Amino acid sequence: MIAIDVDNVTRIYQKYSARHRFKTFKSALVRGDLFKAMRADELVTALDRVNFQVEEGTTFGVIGENGSGKSTLLKIITGITKPTSGKVAVRGKVSALIELGAGFHPEISARENVYINGIMLGLSKKEIDRKFDEIVRFAQLEEFIDAPVKTYSSGMYMRLGFSIAINVNPDILLVDEVLAVGDASFVPKCLDRIDDFRRRKKTILFVSHDLSTVEKVCDRVLWLKEGKIQMIGDPKRVIDAYLQDIAEKQEKDFEIRQREIEQKVKEEEEKKEESEDRREDRWGKREVEIKKVRMINLRSEEKHVFSPDEAMVIEMDVEAKTHITDFVFGIGIFNSQGVHCYGTNTHSEDFEAQSIEGKGKVTCRIERLNLINGTYYLDVATHKRNGYPYDYHRNLYTFMVSSLFKDVGIARPEHTWSFSSSIQMKPPTPRSE
Amino acid sequence: MLRLFNNLKELYKYRVLIQNLVSRELKARYRGTVLGFLWSFFNPLLLMIVYTLVFGFIIQPRDPAFESNPLIYALFLFCGVLPWTWFSSSSLESANVLMVQGNLIKKILFPVEVLPLVVVTSNFVHFVFGLPILFLFALIMLKKFTVYMLFLPLVILVQFVFSLGFTLLVSSLTVHFRDIKDILANLLTFWFFASPIIYPISFSTIRENMWLQIFLNLNPMTHIMQGYQNCVFFGEMIRWKKLGVTFLVSLVLFFIGYAIFDRLRDSFPEEV
Repeated sequence: MIAIDVDNVTRIYQKYSARHRFKTFKSALVRGDLFKAMRADELVTALDRVNFQVEEGTTFGVIGENGSGKSTLLKIITGITKPTSGKVAVRGKVSALIELGAGFHPEISARENVYINGIMLGLSKKEIDRKFDEIVRFAQLEEFIDAPVKTYSSGMYMRLGFSIAINVNPDILLVDEVLAVGDASFVPKCLDRIDDFRRRKKTILFVSHDLSTVEKVCDRVLWLKEGKIQMIGDPKRVIDAYLQDIAEKQEKDFEIRQREIEQKVKEEEEKKEESEDRREDRWGKREVEIKKVRMINLRSEEKHVFSPDEAMVIEMDVEAKTHITDFVFGIGIFNSQGVHCYGTNTHSEDFEAQSIEGKGKVTCRIERLNLINGTYYLDVATHKRNGYPYDYHRNLYTFMVSSLFKDVGIARPEHTWSFSSSIQMKPPTPRSE
Repeated sequence: MLRLFNNLKELYKYRVLIQNLVSRELKARYRGTVLGFLWSFFNPLLLMIVYTLVFGFIIQPRDPAFESNPLIYALFLFCGVLPWTWFSSSSLESANVLMVQGNLIKKILFPVEVLPLVVVTSNFVHFVFGLPILFLFALIMLKKFTVYMLFLPLVILVQFVFSLGFTLLVSSLTVHFRDIKDILANLLTFWFFASPIIYPISFSTIRENMWLQIFLNLNPMTHIMQGYQNCVFFGEMIRWKKLGVTFLVSLVLFFIGYAIFDRLRDSFPEEV
């Protein structure tokens, strides 16, 4: 049985220009183009021929970047917004956890708001009477139920809203990123409720940026990109493809940023040709100069986004103007908070410098990055053994580590878990690389 | 047309919501004030006192109907000011209501015409609270109740339909033309003086000027106000023909207002 049938839905939003905004009612009346004045002159396609079905009793995830059309899709399924073309058929009572507590009136008590909100969501007065205690208990607001809602904290507001919406007892539940605001004790409760819904074979449409939750709870996942369906199907496959896409996009962003930095360095170099003083991001007299730095993977492709268990190779093109015997090559990795995550150089690893003259290439190969999620800065340098800098590049190079794991800290030491037979633990589903 | 009737049927299903929203509106309005609901009495009373002082004592009523008694004139004033306040507050509030409740329109599916309806209804309740004062005042000044008061509900019905049509029109158009809010405030002041509220339609200046008469007769509010004055102040039969035509005009306004509201409905979630 199909619970939600979205059939070739297109939604076009109208964008009104400033010219229209300033047009007044009077001029519209005088010129007799009241309805014409309301026509837009620029169109934005929020959803473009979207086609999918959700089976009854399944949990269906929708992922996608901001502005990809997820919220519009939910609004169309609830009926708040009409599709420009195409059809939506929904079987059963829908309850939307979109904006919790929408329509609460701040001046009146929570008790009265529960009734009005409940009625708006489609409950009868009797049903609310029956469920009232449960709603209040779930929201943990027994003591405050007669206080006006304006005295509530945003968390209390959210809890009450969620509690009402979940108690509507719908056949289809739409969840839109609402769990982002709850505190540590309330979110698991909400997830429990959602799990409860799944067990009772109700249909859930789950929109979230929390990909690991999506992967955990959803039977199928839809990936929206710029209003179009990019992919639909098995959660793991879709999420992996989505992550891949994001990584590529980040890669592009980094490339652009890198080019900008290089450009800036070049400009500053031209400006300060003579005075080779200490600078914020690059200093040294460049007796040994680092001409170019590249971060590449094992396939020699230049990259800026790495996964924690990936190899990273740092390549430096160097050049010494004269014959030099005292030199050290070093690298340092800093995270976005400026914490020095790792640093090493050839001297501290007991290489003995003999001589360098003319052009050369230095390669440092990191087998596994073993860092956590985040943005990192790379320092590279050549200097004398006593620390006198030849060429020091500070924070000039950035890369990103992107992983699905939610571990915290600075580094990710390689590790494995094991449990004795008395402990039941389901291993995570292996990820395809 | 058929669609409008279906809408109306759908609206009936939401009567519990309307009822709750009206009661919420009433509760919220005076929450935190010392006098609370008494404000529903005091507001028209104070307004009336101001008009009585200015037009009764300073300018002094010249019409023979008032027997040169400022207090009798005050009663006449009250007959018009009370229902007028209902109409003008409803209109002004409805110009804002879709924007104020924008959050609701964007997030929850319900017939949006509930909102202007709630505005008119909650102001109607305030109006009803003012009625006992009017009756009491009439009893003191005229020393008797007239049987014609029984026709009051008919006049109220006409005004209700008229107000509803007007607010549907105003609330939906204001979403696209925010200027209406300001135009409306001025229009209502003009409209107030263009209706026989502070003067009776039988006033000599009006009787002598044909154009003024035509102008006043074209104003639906004239007949509605006259209805109140006939029922309470003059103790006369309502003018069936004029009030009947006004009712038809109100119905037409209601359907035009509803049709425009319906046509613009889909644009509300984006525009408010």
